Amino acid sequence: MSPTSQQVETARELLASLGDFGGHVKGDDIAHLEVHGNEVVGSHLVPGFEVDVDPLEDGIEAHIRVKKGVRLAKPVHLCFGMLPETGLQRIVMDVEVEEDAFASVQAHCTFPNAVDITHKMDAVVRIAAGATYEYFERHLHGAEGGVLVVPKTKVEVGEGARFKTEFELIKGQAGVIDFDYEVDCDAHSLLDMIARIWGRGHDRITIRETARLNGEEATAVLQSHIAVKDEAVADVYNSLAANAAGARGHVDCKEIVQGAAIAKAVPVVEVNHPRAHITHEAAIGSVDSKQLQTLMSRGLDEEKATDLIIEGLLG
Amino acid sequence: MSLLELKDVSLNLGGKDVLNNLTVEFWEGHIHALIGPNGAGKSTLASTLMGLPGYTHHTGDILLDGESLVGVPVDERARRGMTLAWQEPARFEGLRVDRFIAAGAKDKSTDTVRRVLDRVGLDPEKYMRRAVDRTLSGGERKRIELASILAMEPRLVLMDEPDSGIDVEALNRIFDALSDFKERGATVIMITHSQEVLKHAEHAFLMCSGSILEKGGVGRIEGYFASHCVPCDHENVPDIDELAGVEA
Repeated sequence: MSPTSQQVETARELLASLGDFGGHVKGDDIAHLEVHGNEVVGSHLVPGFEVDVDPLEDGIEAHIRVKKGVRLAKPVHLCFGMLPETGLQRIVMDVEVEEDAFASVQAHCTFPNAVDITHKMDAVVRIAAGATYEYFERHLHGAEGGVLVVPKTKVEVGEGARFKTEFELIKGQAGVIDFDYEVDCDAHSLLDMIARIWGRGHDRITIRETARLNGEEATAVLQSHIAVKDEAVADVYNSLAANAAGARGHVDCKEIVQGAAIAKAVPVVEVNHPRAHITHEAAIGSVDSKQLQTLMSRGLDEEKATDLIIEGLLG
Repeated sequence: MSLLELKDVSLNLGGKDVLNNLTVEFWEGHIHALIGPNGAGKSTLASTLMGLPGYTHHTGDILLDGESLVGVPVDERARRGMTLAWQEPARFEGLRVDRFIAAGAKDKSTDTVRRVLDRVGLDPEKYMRRAVDRTLSGGERKRIELASILAMEPRLVLMDEPDSGIDVEALNRIFDALSDFKERGATVIMITHSQEVLKHAEHAFLMCSGSILEKGGVGRIEGYFASHCVPCDHENVPDIDELAGVEA
């Protein structure tokens, strides 16, 4: 069904709010979906990529399927958001990536005028044997930080499958983020997960990344790069368990703290097989003095130098 | 004409006098070498001139263009035309080479970034989008730092051991950069022990125990340093009379 003129206008405003940041691309050979509140305001599908959307009172329920053996040449673009200052958007997503399929998804979440908005995401992702699924979620929030973001995702990565995901919130004020990813990995699978967040003001950021390497030779890297300043608080809980022979992984948490901000990192690594191996590193502190002095000796003032260092870490 | 002038500069670090009553002028548009044994205070002097934290509580005065730098922070000194090339350049996780170079560049255009990378012998296509992090060798980071300084177009460059940790190819590129600085009329003060590097200097200063003992022709100063300071045969109490007798 063709969108109404009102839906077209809403989609245009939603995408315009991304500015240069979004890179939300359209084209005949590019699948895309735009959701404002609980309304689909734009969409386009390509062969092998199926989407069924059911509206909920406060959001949508989306069933996404990448059919067996289909390899999408161009990234799928999703845009979720709300233009008003207040409201609730709940996204329930069920993703099925069938055997040997490939899909890369660029999701943009935009709340440019948020004063009191809640954005909830409950997702279940199943990646079948030999398939690859990439999901990059970038958030653009307004200057006030009035957004509560609660993404909860459970992922099953099948034998020999790959899952790569990035969550990025570095533009605008984060608000409150309660990020929870739980991933189970089968044999010979690969997981690469990174969260990059810049908290300011009174932002509250909680990251929970849990991965279980249940199959032989499964590998995972969990990374969290967080910067907090003002009175922002960040708590990062990374948990990685290696339960099979040859399973190996690495947990990496880096946090830069400025002003009265507080950061906490709790890495939990668990090895349940003598031929499994996991490493972790966590670094929390202020901006590196030598980096700062180097940039200041090129003429940048302290604030600009600090911002550039943080942009690098989060970029 | 002197660009930089030190008047009776002394610095105590942790109860130890590391710079002692330094009074010296560095002429504008020349390449100066600062030679001395380990622990002589050469790097401390560079940090003090740049105004790095922990090195600002010196006594005496440092003047750039006749204006005191006392109380002037690092970034303001840089904006007045000074900069420092570190012996071991910093690593910046995730910060791209082009962003790093452009940050302090006088002209922040991509063309400038390409030009300075090319000048230090690094292919812009290969390096611009890489990060200034641990994936680069020490020599590559040294060249990228030099590129960032070329882009800055400073009037005074402090170079701390420009030859340390790099290969012959990189060293030749550093010499190219020295030529560029010279051509533009910039002043360079470089700390070095390398005979190869010293060939590119026009004047030398011998530093020992926080004092500048002598200045003059590179050959004379280097000759004394090579025969007496490696190893130091005066236990950091140099023989001034003997130094005066060394021929250029």
